[in-house]
Amino acid sequence: MTIATSLEDACAALAAEPNSVIVAGGTDLMVEVNRGSRCVENVVALDRIPELADWHLTGDELRFGAGVTFAEICEPEIAALVPALAQAARTVGSPQIRNAATLGGNIATASPAGDSIPVLAALDAVLELRSTEAIREVPVTEFITGVKATCLMPGELIEAVRVPVLDGPQEFCKVGTRNAMVISVASLALLVDRSARRIRVALGSVSPIPLRASEAEDHASGHLDWDSGVQPGPEVVREFAELVAGSANPIDDHRGSAAYRRHAVRVLAERSLTRVLNRVSSP
Amino acid sequence: MTDLATSERTVAPRIGENAPRPDGVPKVVGAFAFSSDLHHDRMLWGGTLRSTHSSARIRSVDVSTAVAVTGVHAVLVSDDVPGQKVFGLEYRDQPVLAGDVVRYEGEPVAIVAADHPEAVRMALEAIVVDYEVLVPVVDPMTVEEAEPVHPDGNLVRRIHLRHGNQDVVGDVQVEGTYEVAMQDQAFLGPESGMAVPADDGSIDLYVATQWLHSDRDQVADCMGLDPEKVRLTLAGVGGAFGAREDLSLHVHLCMLARHTGRPVKMVYSREESFHGHVHRHPAQMWYRHHADRDGTLVRVEAHLILDGGAYASSSSAVIANATCFAAGPYRVPSAEIDGAVVRTNNPPCGAMRGFGAVQVCFAHEAQMDRLAGALGMDPVALRLQNALVPGDELLTGQTIKGTAPVAEVIRTCADHPPGASMAVDPLELPGGAGRTADPEHVVRGEAFALGFKNLLFSEGFDDFSEASCRLAGGVATITSACAEVGQGFVTLAQQIAREVLGVDEVVLLPASTAGIGSAGSTSASRQTWMSGGAIQEACGQVRAQLLEHLAAEHGVDADDLVIADGRVVSMAGGFEVDLAKATTEPIEASVVFRHVPTLPLDENGQGNAHVSFAFSAHRAIVDVDVELGLVKVVELTTSQDVGRVLNPLQTVGQLEGGAAQGVGLAVMEEVLVQEGRIRNPSFTDYLVPTALDMPPVEIAALIEQAEPGAPFGAKGIGEAPSISSTAAVAAAIRNATGLDLPRVPVRPTDIVFPGGTA
Repeated sequence: MTIATSLEDACAALAAEPNSVIVAGGTDLMVEVNRGSRCVENVVALDRIPELADWHLTGDELRFGAGVTFAEICEPEIAALVPALAQAARTVGSPQIRNAATLGGNIATASPAGDSIPVLAALDAVLELRSTEAIREVPVTEFITGVKATCLMPGELIEAVRVPVLDGPQEFCKVGTRNAMVISVASLALLVDRSARRIRVALGSVSPIPLRASEAEDHASGHLDWDSGVQPGPEVVREFAELVAGSANPIDDHRGSAAYRRHAVRVLAERSLTRVLNRVSSP
Repeated sequence: MTDLATSERTVAPRIGENAPRPDGVPKVVGAFAFSSDLHHDRMLWGGTLRSTHSSARIRSVDVSTAVAVTGVHAVLVSDDVPGQKVFGLEYRDQPVLAGDVVRYEGEPVAIVAADHPEAVRMALEAIVVDYEVLVPVVDPMTVEEAEPVHPDGNLVRRIHLRHGNQDVVGDVQVEGTYEVAMQDQAFLGPESGMAVPADDGSIDLYVATQWLHSDRDQVADCMGLDPEKVRLTLAGVGGAFGAREDLSLHVHLCMLARHTGRPVKMVYSREESFHGHVHRHPAQMWYRHHADRDGTLVRVEAHLILDGGAYASSSSAVIANATCFAAGPYRVPSAEIDGAVVRTNNPPCGAMRGFGAVQVCFAHEAQMDRLAGALGMDPVALRLQNALVPGDELLTGQTIKGTAPVAEVIRTCADHPPGASMAVDPLELPGGAGRTADPEHVVRGEAFALGFKNLLFSEGFDDFSEASCRLAGGVATITSACAEVGQGFVTLAQQIAREVLGVDEVVLLPASTAGIGSAGSTSASRQTWMSGGAIQEACGQVRAQLLEHLAAEHGVDADDLVIADGRVVSMAGGFEVDLAKATTEPIEASVVFRHVPTLPLDENGQGNAHVSFAFSAHRAIVDVDVELGLVKVVELTTSQDVGRVLNPLQTVGQLEGGAAQGVGLAVMEEVLVQEGRIRNPSFTDYLVPTALDMPPVEIAALIEQAEPGAPFGAKGIGEAPSISSTAAVAAAIRNATGLDLPRVPVRPTDIVFPGGTA
């Protein structure tokens, strides 16, 4: 067990034992360990590395250390810059979980139900991966390659997550069978990017990998009159929602059926687009 | 140890006053010692190997590799059970360790003791069980024709209740089929305990349980020991709700302790706990109600099938309740109820708060609403018109002799002004933190439900509780084996002693089988009445002895003496003594308390089978996001027949907690079972209500009509809140959506795809 206090230490420990398990908040890892479904030999703990817990804003870009917790992301300072990420963070587990669980951990776990993933996908977030050998950058949509599978190499860790600060309203909605502290059955992030004149949409829990609904994005972006602020009619919203639902690739499991998940993202798409349009048109 | 909140009080609380729980603050701050916190310097850790199949023959169990694991002290299998190989609450039909067959997923097959939990884990992994996998019997509706799951057959009990004239037909009839899924008690403290062997071959078992003496007798039989060689002491209980009525790790711990000669501790994981205790019976129910055009009920017909799972547990008593109370607290002159509980390879089911009454309440209340609809009547008025009153007959032909303030319960609850306004904060809308709904997506619904249940054990069971009281130096010491599982007996025992004896200081000794006879189970809403009654009587005898002693010693009239403010005073004046100095010798009394006897049901399900009944009503207001099928229960109002309030603080706690379990069953709580396998054995996926799911509970009225025979007239209050709450919430969702919703929990898909698509 290595309790790293610097990135260099952590990377050195990982280089020495490339199959080490990385622990940050431990909220996913310990569930697996306690269940006996994961046997841990070597552990490298990242929670005492100061630079991982930092975030800062440079121009229009936010850079989160991978160890920033969901409790911190819920704070107003961050919520003002990436409101959808803060909304997603608020739906993660309980307050105790949010105090420990980290943004980097949520990405590394790569669960299709990871609450931050749709927002990060919609933001085109870029991950900085570090090893003793190199630092490389990978978009989050490429980083996650399957259910709980990533392209993280032995010896590598997630150092930071970079996202743009967009001009425009944002929404994150999540369906679960409980009003709080629930694993997502379906979720959706919808962001307005005024400068690029784009609507960005990504879905959660309806696909093994992060899913951008690009056809729906094109449709909505194309039907918005970005200069006048005059909004498209309900048929455009409905078509948008259908395209979103069509892009989903859900499964049946004990948390929900594929049909319900597809239905749910359609409803979320319709509602969240309506919400942002109401705000886009208001001054 | 921790300072208790009660120490600030100048006068200790008596009957009718708020008595804060001594374990309340320690539990909140993490200082309370639960059974999982037990420790012994020489202890070993125990673990259980469980069946991975819901039905299989065991060809062989090879423990040779497991025994060789470093640190392992014992690996035991069915052949190592020293006494009777089976246990059970009503029928001894459940193997301590599976021998030739496993009948449910998670059934214990082998047990291990080792120096360290990690060695236990490695040893369990090293045990090789050769299974011949069989096709599990999982459909309770067809099980009676299926291969026998157990040598005792697939029918555990059928009651064919026939009451009144069987030829009656109503002008108006409504029919419905209903289903209740499997609910878990979801206590927080998983099964845990420690067995400590003694040199004389006896064993001390410290365990979280509901009935020490029943456990003791079953453990002794399985260990091949005399009952006095097994001593059980209650360890810190983290909730029970029926899930600790049956044995779990008790015999396993004793076997490992005796085999190794060392103390052995075992703590189930959460997943293991889901396999390690019984659940609430899933129910399939068909009903037909007959009424006159004016709304008077004339007949109820019902077929009830409960899935008991692989072993009998308390199933036969659960089906008796479901059958006897199938029509609800209404006057029903004619009934035919066919109630059966069957055996399958599903997880075993048994006791849970509400015990058979919960399932039928969901159905009979849906029927009452349906009938009101067919008659064009107000649902509350229909209930009032048919409400039981004292002197009425139940479906069993039994006349209600005690109190039955059913109309009062209905009226006070229905008339209570609703308070909930429409939420603006998205957190308070259906979907909660997920921010899925805006106010325009939400439909509000409101509905009312009524329920009832028996108190105490029924059907001729010899139900008793023993307690003793010892008064010395002005301090009363109470001994009772009553299991405190969170219901609040620890405060009640002290309040009762203070009330009767006039003392301030009351010591309640730890619950154990060593010093006293059985208190019976902490279940059936019975301990306040039974153990409370025993303590009241024991204290009363001590009081009488004390006053007679003083009267004789000081030449005063015993009838003239009263106890007040810690002193014994003659009302006529002239004599006064401090209670602490009233006697030099301790005064003691021991009592075995029994309620009035009951009788078994006859072949038509008729007879004076029950003692007393508690009634409750709930009105639920819900907001439903119909498009997403998400529900927010925004208000629950309740009235309950309580006999008398003994501890107001705890009464509120019981009503809130019971309603929370009812809300859970209405909208989310379900043990998902597929081919006999539990798909969600975790609190990640078995969802219980959070603070955002549970509304405030408005108590419209606590109806206080003293119940004859009960201590201070108090009825047990623990179960009623969980009975009508589920039915009310489900009905409110029906009211909001216009859907039939014949099943609880109501799932999002039941609302979104009511036709059954996906």
